[in-house]
Amino acid sequence: MAEVLVYVDHVDGAVRKPTLELLTLARRLGDPVAVALGAGAADTAAALAQHGAVKVLTADAPEFADYLVVPKVDALQAAYDSVSPAAVLVPSSAEGKEIAARLAVRIGSGLITDAIDVQAGDEGPVATQSAFAAAFTTTSRITKGTPVITVKPNSAPVEPAAAAGTVEELAVTFGAAATGTRIVSSTPRESTGRPELTEAAIVVSGGRGVNGAENFAIIEALADSLGAAVGASRAAVDAGWYPHSHQVGQTGKSVSPQLYIASGISGAIQHRAGMQTSKTIVAINKDAEAPIFDLVDYGVVGDLFQVVPQLTEAIKARKG
Amino acid sequence: MSLRIVVCVKYVPDATGDRHFADDLTLDRDDVDGLLSELDEYAVEQALQIAAAHNDSGDGDAEITVLTVGPEDAKDALRKALSMGADKAVHVEDDDLHGTDALGTSMVLAKAIEKTGYDLVVCGMASTDGTMGVLPAMLAERLGVPQVTLLSEVSVEGGTVKGRRDGDAATVRLEAPLPAVVSVTDQSGEARYPSFKGIMAAKKKPVESLDLEDLDIDAGDVGLDGAWTAVDSATQRPARTAGTIVNDEGDGGEQLAGYLASQKFI
Ligand SMILES: Cc1cc2nc3c(=O)[nH]c(=O)nc-3n(C[C@H](O)[C@H](O)[C@H](O)COP(=O)(O)OP(=O)(O)OC[C@H]3O[C@@H](n4cnc5c(N)ncnc54)[C@H](O)[C@@H]3O)c2cc1C
Ligand SMILES: Cc1cc2nc3c(=O)[nH]c(=O)nc-3n(C[C@H](O)[C@H](O)[C@H](O)COP(=O)(O)OP(=O)(O)OC[C@H]3O[C@@H](n4cnc5c(N)ncnc54)[C@H](O)[C@@H]3O)c2cc1C
Repeated sequence: MAEVLVYVDHVDGAVRKPTLELLTLARRLGDPVAVALGAGAADTAAALAQHGAVKVLTADAPEFADYLVVPKVDALQAAYDSVSPAAVLVPSSAEGKEIAARLAVRIGSGLITDAIDVQAGDEGPVATQSAFAAAFTTTSRITKGTPVITVKPNSAPVEPAAAAGTVEELAVTFGAAATGTRIVSSTPRESTGRPELTEAAIVVSGGRGVNGAENFAIIEALADSLGAAVGASRAAVDAGWYPHSHQVGQTGKSVSPQLYIASGISGAIQHRAGMQTSKTIVAINKDAEAPIFDLVDYGVVGDLFQVVPQLTEAIKARKG
Repeated sequence: MSLRIVVCVKYVPDATGDRHFADDLTLDRDDVDGLLSELDEYAVEQALQIAAAHNDSGDGDAEITVLTVGPEDAKDALRKALSMGADKAVHVEDDDLHGTDALGTSMVLAKAIEKTGYDLVVCGMASTDGTMGVLPAMLAERLGVPQVTLLSEVSVEGGTVKGRRDGDAATVRLEAPLPAVVSVTDQSGEARYPSFKGIMAAKKKPVESLDLEDLDIDAGDVGLDGAWTAVDSATQRPARTAGTIVNDEGDGGEQLAGYLASQKFI
């Protein structure tokens, strides 16, 4: 069976959920060969093997942490050269897309980004994308070279599937470009203890209607009652009420959870671009005319300062 | 030392309009107004600030060229960028470009940038239509220069680009020697509005038109037929079935909890 390269997103050996989802998709196309780079790369093997990786190619070198993107492209290309895969799948993070883009140029292959599904087809993998703020769904293929496809989080279920997961060290020679952009300093993001926004099954977001940084406590309390991640509209972020890393929308994170709850958010097209593919959408807004209500499965026209705390209490009561 | 800045700007359909696909599954540009991608206004703004700082430092003159690949109407995007303060424009326009994908666009842009001459290329973080966010990385790869992308802060001093990138796991500070390709986010600083004077001045600024022959590009490598990707179908998402909407009469939170429980979220 053909081999399919899967680029592994991990933090010090802990594999992030979108990579496990990619392994589910990769198995539809062939035998997954995972590529894990940087500190802790070899520690990813067990988790990857449990999810179908027949082989895990690992490499670690200071270049991966000290320079931007290109060393990782050099390594992925080395893996590509050694495996000659039928496709390359990469998680659709900002960095993942850049890595995929450069690889595509190098190997002369087409690129599809932000796929929300990938299926095997007669002429190679068929990717589903959502376009124009999710108003359209498209299917596309790559017609030249080896398909390079980046896939959004929450696009496939995580399915255990035991495989060999043989670990092999990948020999990487860094090109001259690898050391072009130096990472002078790195400040890790503080963990909130809540689920990662793009991976969360439930996202609770607040907008301008929340009216102040301190009021985000009621949004957080609702999120915690549901084990959810917290999101924010750009208006709330620009006002300085919540960090930009939590912004949902075209220029923030794009989320696709099972449940999205928007409070005090009007539903501008740029916000919708980042959440419209959520499975179930709920909104709380005091303006019955707010465009967000066009999208909802369930909406409450009301003051979020009344509705949200009552909802949080009711959830806690039901959970006992 | 002069500083030659090329800003890549895209002409896109207005996101607040009714965007859709044409029969050949490319972007339908006829039924919706086009404009300069709002995210590229941030790129023009940062280029203007980098140029001003360079000129103030007495290091020589900075010159800003705005570059677009697009149909005739794309001149509107160039005019807007010129009215914000860019010095000149390059428009790559050719009927054979219709339907070009990201691989092809990056090839055309790279050739045009090389022909124009550059020390610094500035891009937006993503277009507001294709929203791939990959062109800047592709350009750096093709031009063989450092990529310093997704910056929320950027400066150029003494031949070095410095910037701040807010990544998924960490905020990093980056540094690279010129020439380089930069992309900036909408966190980099509000873009200025063109002044009346700027709008008048833009009318007199030069716009150079280039076609594929000028760039030595084979028409077979671009356009719909030359594309590395093919779109097989585009379907409008069915309108959502109208959801339940309740007015809060004092028990809106309770009712919502009931709904969430019925959907097994609680
Ligand atoms: C290039 C570009 C990129 C952008 N990217 C993004 C992006 O990534 N994400 C994003 O979100 N936006 C983005 N925007 C901004 C977007 O256009 C909107 O301005 C923004 O989403 C509005 O945020 P909001 O809904 O919180 O605020 P508003 O539109 O001001 O809406 C606030 C809502 O709160 C309601 N409200 C007020 N008080 C209460 C109350 N007490 N109880 C209940 N409801 C209340 C109001 O009725 C109103 O509907 C972008 C814009 C541009 C131009
Ligand atoms: C809905 C949709 C989906 C698409 N999906 C794919 C796909 O999966 N694969 C694929 O190969 N192509 C795809 N395309 C085509 C692709 O969008 C174009 O080829 C495009 O020129 C490059 O991608 P982008 O606009 O998304 O660029 P991005 O990488 O998002 O743009 C980043 C920056 O690059 C610069 N830039 C981008 N385009 C131009 C331009 N024409 N002129 C000047 N500067 C520019 C701007 O500075 C911009 O801010 C898609 C197009 C649409 C409309």
